[in-house]
Amino acid sequence: MTQATSPPRQASHRATTVLGWATLVCLGATYGLGLSLPASVEQKDYSKLIGIHPGLAWASYVAVGVSALGAIAWFVRRDRRWDRLNAASIEVGVVFTALTLVTGSLWGRPVWGVWWQWDPRLTTEALLMALLLGFVALRRAIVEPGVRAVVSSAFSLLLVPLLVVIHFSVEWWRSLHQNGSLVSLDPGTNLDAGYLVAMVLGFASFTLAYAWLTVHRVRLEALEETLEETSLDTAIAARRAEAVTA
Amino acid sequence: MWRDAALIAGKDLRVELRSKVATNQVGPFAVVILVLFAFALDPDRKVLDQAAPGLFWVAVLLSALLATQRSVSLETTEASRDTLRLSGLDPAGIFLGKAGAIAAQLVVLEVLLAVGVGFLYGTAFHQVWVLVATCLLATGGLAAAGTVYGVMAAGLRVRETLLPLLVLPVLAPVLLAATRAWEAALAGTPAEAGSWLGLLAVFCAVYVVFGILGFGTLLEEA
Repeated sequence: MTQATSPPRQASHRATTVLGWATLVCLGATYGLGLSLPASVEQKDYSKLIGIHPGLAWASYVAVGVSALGAIAWFVRRDRRWDRLNAASIEVGVVFTALTLVTGSLWGRPVWGVWWQWDPRLTTEALLMALLLGFVALRRAIVEPGVRAVVSSAFSLLLVPLLVVIHFSVEWWRSLHQNGSLVSLDPGTNLDAGYLVAMVLGFASFTLAYAWLTVHRVRLEALEETLEETSLDTAIAARRAEAVTA
Repeated sequence: MWRDAALIAGKDLRVELRSKVATNQVGPFAVVILVLFAFALDPDRKVLDQAAPGLFWVAVLLSALLATQRSVSLETTEASRDTLRLSGLDPAGIFLGKAGAIAAQLVVLEVLLAVGVGFLYGTAFHQVWVLVATCLLATGGLAAAGTVYGVMAAGLRVRETLLPLLVLPVLAPVLLAATRAWEAALAGTPAEAGSWLGLLAVFCAVYVVFGILGFGTLLEEA
């Protein structure tokens, strides 16, 4: 059985407004810093995408990770709020995964010479996209909220192994894609400080954007549920009122 | 758990033997796929022989999808699902039984497809132990994952269209790993198959463990 919680009255809140402005400022700074970076020898101006593409990919990982945490919390507490977080995180994850694939493709065309390469990292990210779309389709096909929550939670947990495969794919298999951008930086890596700052700023910006979008989606989901639950009662009350006045 | 698994697997396999859906529809469907591949690639023996591992496993994958849908549909008619819930059988046993029945059908199908690949594409089989190990691990993964996603979609009216969308991306790593392992075996370099067999084993283990632990919740609440 799922616990009902009091829904918010609107999707935005003072805290989310602050979060939104912080996101905009960070995204603006990432954009400005990215444009000011010097062009690299091998990749020319396309290397400036370092401020955007890794940050988007990171946000897609965060989305799947948070959805899995939401799924675990739902199994433990059976509170509908965790189901909303799970669903909202996946939906926002679809956006960031799609943008990761698009920006990767835009970068790959001039640098690798092709729009798409059957590279382990690209292929596994595309698989993730297909699975996230499958999650959205599955969730929309289930009407009963309790069933929807249990299936969504199980599905989200099963996405975690794929996340591990995506991250380590560049190390496990021969890949055109670069190794992990930050965590596996070895002392011999000759990454310009400006590029490093742009990349870290990109991570922060898109994490904030993810958080802002997810908070709003969670609140919107709660409002939609309230509407679903009250619409029938409202309609019946309206018909009764008509009958009385007639 | 094992006794319940044997009961469920025996029940599903008896239904298949009596209805002959697997022998009259799924088997011929797999052979038709092999023939269509030959049409699509031009019946050039060299190309077909090179692509044989991939074509074999795509045929297995599509047939596994049919077998999964069939296994799910067995439990959705005439309140069979409710009967299964009320049967008192161990949910882990039900999962293992249903996955085992799908796996048994897939093994028979793989033998049939291997004969078809040898006959139609002229493929010569080497390093048979690698081929057999690949088949066993991949079949376990296909059956376990198919059973898990099958129960998730079981109660839905749109499950026939939704299940492929859910299952095919999930099973893509099995297709990739099994194809690479077969390529290595057929090329006479079985050592290269090791890492792919490892991936298949991990995939199979993840879904078997998840199924044993989570199938009961999904069966009861989904």
